[in-house]
Amino acid sequence: MRTVDLAATGVRELNRRLRSAADDPSAQSWLVTNPKGAHAIAAGLTRPVRIQIDGHVGYYCAGMNQAAAVTIDGHCGTGVAENIMSGLVRVRGNASQSAGASGHGGLLVIEGNAGPRCGISMKGVDIVVGGKTGHMSGFMAQSGNLVVCGDAGHDLGDSIYEAAIYVGGSPASLGADCVEKDMTRKHRSRLRDLLSRAGIEIDPDRFRRFGSARKLYHFRVDHADAY
Amino acid sequence: MCGIVGLFLKNPALRSSLGGHFSTMLASMGERGPDSAGIAVYQAEPRGRASRVTAFHPDAGYSWESVAAELSRRLTVEVGVVVKADHAVLEADHDVSGVTRGLTDLDPDIRIVGYGKSVAVFKDKGSVAEIVARYGVADMAGSHAIGHTRMATESDVTTGHSHPFIADDDVCLVHNGSLSNHNRLRGWLIRQGMQFETDNDTEVAARYVAHRLQQGSGLKEALEAGLRDLDGFFTFAIGTRTGFAVLRDGFACKPAVLAETGDWVAMASEFRSLAELPGVEQADIWEPEPEVVYDWTLGPGA
Repeated sequence: MRTVDLAATGVRELNRRLRSAADDPSAQSWLVTNPKGAHAIAAGLTRPVRIQIDGHVGYYCAGMNQAAAVTIDGHCGTGVAENIMSGLVRVRGNASQSAGASGHGGLLVIEGNAGPRCGISMKGVDIVVGGKTGHMSGFMAQSGNLVVCGDAGHDLGDSIYEAAIYVGGSPASLGADCVEKDMTRKHRSRLRDLLSRAGIEIDPDRFRRFGSARKLYHFRVDHADAY
Repeated sequence: MCGIVGLFLKNPALRSSLGGHFSTMLASMGERGPDSAGIAVYQAEPRGRASRVTAFHPDAGYSWESVAAELSRRLTVEVGVVVKADHAVLEADHDVSGVTRGLTDLDPDIRIVGYGKSVAVFKDKGSVAEIVARYGVADMAGSHAIGHTRMATESDVTTGHSHPFIADDDVCLVHNGSLSNHNRLRGWLIRQGMQFETDNDTEVAARYVAHRLQQGSGLKEALEAGLRDLDGFFTFAIGTRTGFAVLRDGFACKPAVLAETGDWVAMASEFRSLAELPGVEQADIWEPEPEVVYDWTLGPGA
């Protein structure tokens, strides 16, 4: 394992080393110390390296991730794993707003709580939150799965298109065009698989499923009351 | 964007190092606000003197000593003065309004930026690193402080438009965000008898809180009323002589992190501002929930 002390090495240099290390078989595993809330740590990775970050990070950590496995042993600022394409990003602490925003693929695990707008505009990413989420999580979600083991904040799934939302606790309120749906055997099986991949032990039978009522895809005046 | 920070010391033994910790916190928020920066620092009340006023004059080398001497003659009380760059902190055995009126009568170009018994306010245009050095923030002692780095969006870049805004004796506020109903609220506050120095939206929030406090509300109640009456985006940090509070609007898009240990409470727009505080590794760290007032009060005898 290679160690980079961010107190001595800037984020740009760290990210340059992480990207160029992908072809070096001896540099597949990294430890980053002293992140101290810096932004854009391990952003833009495209190869399957493993990175552990020892402390709290700032904005957009592991943004645009492809293939890499990034573990943050602390809390995250805004937009962790925003636009993630593939790979795994795991947050041991809490994540601030817009976690996994616009993510296309891969898995984001937040073992603690997530702030507002978790999974905003998600486009295929799977997000598993061990605790609760803030308001407007899953806003305009288009594809993928958002699993919230605790409670969800107000306006869950507002203006959602086609993602699936599973909540183990209860949502404070549902957003426009978000409705509760049946939890079928197929959905319970998918949920069990997501929880297993996230490494979170919780009874899948506790969960309820939410998704789109599909009234807001296009404006239709007879659906005006759904807004 | 803007950056805001606050540091409230629960352990009086740390007061001599307030400025050292606070200047590090504020300087790290420079990228969030390159236009101006400012601090309100709550210091020990002047012994035997009823008021402390911070004033600003745009002329370099302004003769604050002669202003203080003339003010002393007119008010027939001793007036102490400490000059820091183009600001001066004046202490006098006289009520606050008499001192502030006396100063602006002496020279209409003097602008009052802080007043009360405890607070001293320094704010200026330019980079936070320069401002922290210019005013010697690192050497300041006190019980608590709030600060701001400004990226101006809705009104002019001047010292007067910089934060913190003071709205009553020792009542200061810093703001990240923008208010959408400040014109209407300013009109209402003027009809309630409040006076304004600028057209800035944050000044309206500060005057609003001061107005509620004058009406007899506690700090928590004043801010809860603000949730009903202020429309817009905001994360506020507020200081009073004995209190410190943080509040975010319901949408909570303007960032905030709180950290607390047995010795201190700290707030900042981003965690990196808190990263060098002593004992931060063991601190409770959380994001303030939307529409929840977080407040702390100095212990008795503080």
